[in-house]
Amino acid sequence: MFSNLSDRFEAIGKRLRGKGRLTEDNIQETLREVRMALLEADVALPVVKDFIADVRERALGAEVMKSLTPGQAFIKIVHAELVQLMGEQNDALDLSTRPPAVVMVAGLQGSGKTTSIAKLGRRLIEQDKKKVLAVSLDVYRPAAIDQLQRLASEVGFDFYPTDTTQDPVATAKAALGQATTGYYDVLLVDTAGRLHVDEEMMSEVGRIHAAVQPVETLFVVDSMTGQDAANTAQAFNAALPLTGVILTKTDGDARGGAALSIRQITGKPIKFLGIGEKTDALEAFHPDRVASRILGMGDVLSLVEEVERSVDRGQAERMADKFKKGQGFDLEDLRDQMQQIKRMGGLGSLMDKMPGMGQMSQQVGNQLDDGQVRRQVAIIDSMTPDERRRPDVINGSRKRRIAAGAGMQVQDVNRLLKQHKQMQKMMKQLKKGGMKKMMRQFGGGMPPGLGGR
Amino acid sequence: MLPFKRNKTANETANETGFFSKLRAGLKRTGSGLGQLFSGRQSIDADLLEELETHLLMADVGIEATTQIIDDLTARLKRNQINDPDSLRTALREDMLAILEPVAQPLVIPQQKQPFVILTVGINGAGKTTTIGKLAAKLKQDGHRVVLAAGDTFRAAAVEQLKVWGERTDIPVISQPTGSDSASVVFDSHQSAIARGADVLIADTAGRLHTQANLMDELRKIARVLGKQDENAPHEVLLVLDAGTGQNALAQAEQFSEAVNVSGFVLTKLDGTAKGGVIFAIAKRFGIPVRFIGIGEGVEDLRTFNAEAFVDALLDVSATEKNAS
Repeated sequence: MFSNLSDRFEAIGKRLRGKGRLTEDNIQETLREVRMALLEADVALPVVKDFIADVRERALGAEVMKSLTPGQAFIKIVHAELVQLMGEQNDALDLSTRPPAVVMVAGLQGSGKTTSIAKLGRRLIEQDKKKVLAVSLDVYRPAAIDQLQRLASEVGFDFYPTDTTQDPVATAKAALGQATTGYYDVLLVDTAGRLHVDEEMMSEVGRIHAAVQPVETLFVVDSMTGQDAANTAQAFNAALPLTGVILTKTDGDARGGAALSIRQITGKPIKFLGIGEKTDALEAFHPDRVASRILGMGDVLSLVEEVERSVDRGQAERMADKFKKGQGFDLEDLRDQMQQIKRMGGLGSLMDKMPGMGQMSQQVGNQLDDGQVRRQVAIIDSMTPDERRRPDVINGSRKRRIAAGAGMQVQDVNRLLKQHKQMQKMMKQLKKGGMKKMMRQFGGGMPPGLGGR
Repeated sequence: MLPFKRNKTANETANETGFFSKLRAGLKRTGSGLGQLFSGRQSIDADLLEELETHLLMADVGIEATTQIIDDLTARLKRNQINDPDSLRTALREDMLAILEPVAQPLVIPQQKQPFVILTVGINGAGKTTTIGKLAAKLKQDGHRVVLAAGDTFRAAAVEQLKVWGERTDIPVISQPTGSDSASVVFDSHQSAIARGADVLIADTAGRLHTQANLMDELRKIARVLGKQDENAPHEVLLVLDAGTGQNALAQAEQFSEAVNVSGFVLTKLDGTAKGGVIFAIAKRFGIPVRFIGIGEGVEDLRTFNAEAFVDALLDVSATEKNAS
């Protein structure tokens, strides 16, 4: 769905590539391009403005100067910013409550609420093995209740028959009663489509919410929505304590800017994507994946790897030099490597990104979790420069000082020193095998035992 | 029968001012009315133009059309043809009308032997079935004999939805069970329309994303089947667009036109805060007539598109000013 926006960013990336460095001028031009791209992608104008402000700030900061090619640095900034905008993680439905857990949807007319309810029902039955009851409170649109009933029998969850002469709030309560006495795990509540400016209808949905106390209140929104996404999201968010968003019709070619706007304005996670008309066409939302699609990358990993690799190239080259000159692998190098790991999003994500790292990742992962990396860096930070370069000088009294400085035990310092010794030894062996071989083996110059590549 | 909860009261009938104020009320709801921009300003500065650009973009007018309008205004400023905020507003209104007026062509149903066939198409949830219900009622009021074809054989209960509209307006609905071939329903309906002596056939179709090639082929087939009955059918292909849609509406217009030769647009759901500004971009690029707008769920809430009323509602010109001019 995001293909056009992706193309756009790709073109921008290409144009920037090969320029010596980002200057205020060429950032200005590129930011304008980014602004246009985002607007054409239907990202709401206020969100675009915030985004541009953030990217400008970051691009003019030190981060860009450190990197090797400005184009890559710029893409990285845009990407980081987009990921941040999309939210950090994919949230599944939180049904941890005394059953029946009530899941309610709300949204504009034609956004895809009933279809989404059917998809959620199917997912709850097939994946989570839940007993599901559904009720439609749409007494306004002709045949809306029939629609849910048909879908219920097709998918295989139970349906609470709605009496159209009853008030929707009363129906909701009655359905909840049946869900409780019938020992259902989940009650799915479909509501009528409504305009956010229709006060009467908005107050009705508020009363429905109060009557059934949902654990999940999901805002259903069409991914093709334009600038108005900002208004509707804001209004629904104000009227209901939303817990998440379902973005529908993403199998089209809309550039999907609404996703960015809604996420930014409501602060609520986008939980699912509707990816087709069939009842199985519901996908969990992965913010990082969507952000990379916007960036024109097949998946986020290829991008992050590319950028990170280039960021690390300087250090890798320095280290290669060192080895050529016959110098050892000292504690400062170890710290550099550890910091690189931290920058790449910790060991866990680093391991996941590397093909063929399965076994090694488990081994190393057990030995060295992210907290440990942080603590070990702290230990090295507590050493004097001289100690880092010549670890042999570290005696008992120095160890006590270092441990105290890092808030660790002497044993921890010993463990680090031992680990470093082992690495040095491996380095030497590898050196015999030739530098080139080692660099090929370890790509960006990660030391063995730390999950290098 | 379902309750007619949102039917409008009698005093809200289809007179021009009622419609006008309703449209304006809808379009200005966000409080970002373009009109407010000009009040209380003595001179034109760069800020005003930039704010104007912002408002146009936020109305979904899109980069291309917005840039064109702003560039034109800037040029006229330089030539001193505009010198105060009031004349800027007048110029803006002219520019916007220049884009929309050529496409403000109402649907005219000619006298002919065969029934006049209207095929409605659009993506899921755009408002096709509701539009058909309203349009059928309108045409019936105008003295036409209408038959409806329940061509949405895919979505659960879509046939029932159209049937309810048929009952409300006392118009026959020709249908087959969900899952049958849409083209065959439309074929049957055409035969039935002739047999009943109807002069208008309105065919519903299932909502489909314009990117789904097989579903677009299905539309082509429906048009082909109709063409075999009457070489001029379908006489009108209405693309129903949700006013809340952003720039993707252009892709929709392009793909649907490519498949079934769209001859008119309906812009629905203008009673929310969506401005439907994408219609400017569409008008500029395709020049296809805009037939109707939907401003509510009541039977009388489908209105013939009027460029002047639309632009004035966007610009938030008060009704009295408009009447005076």
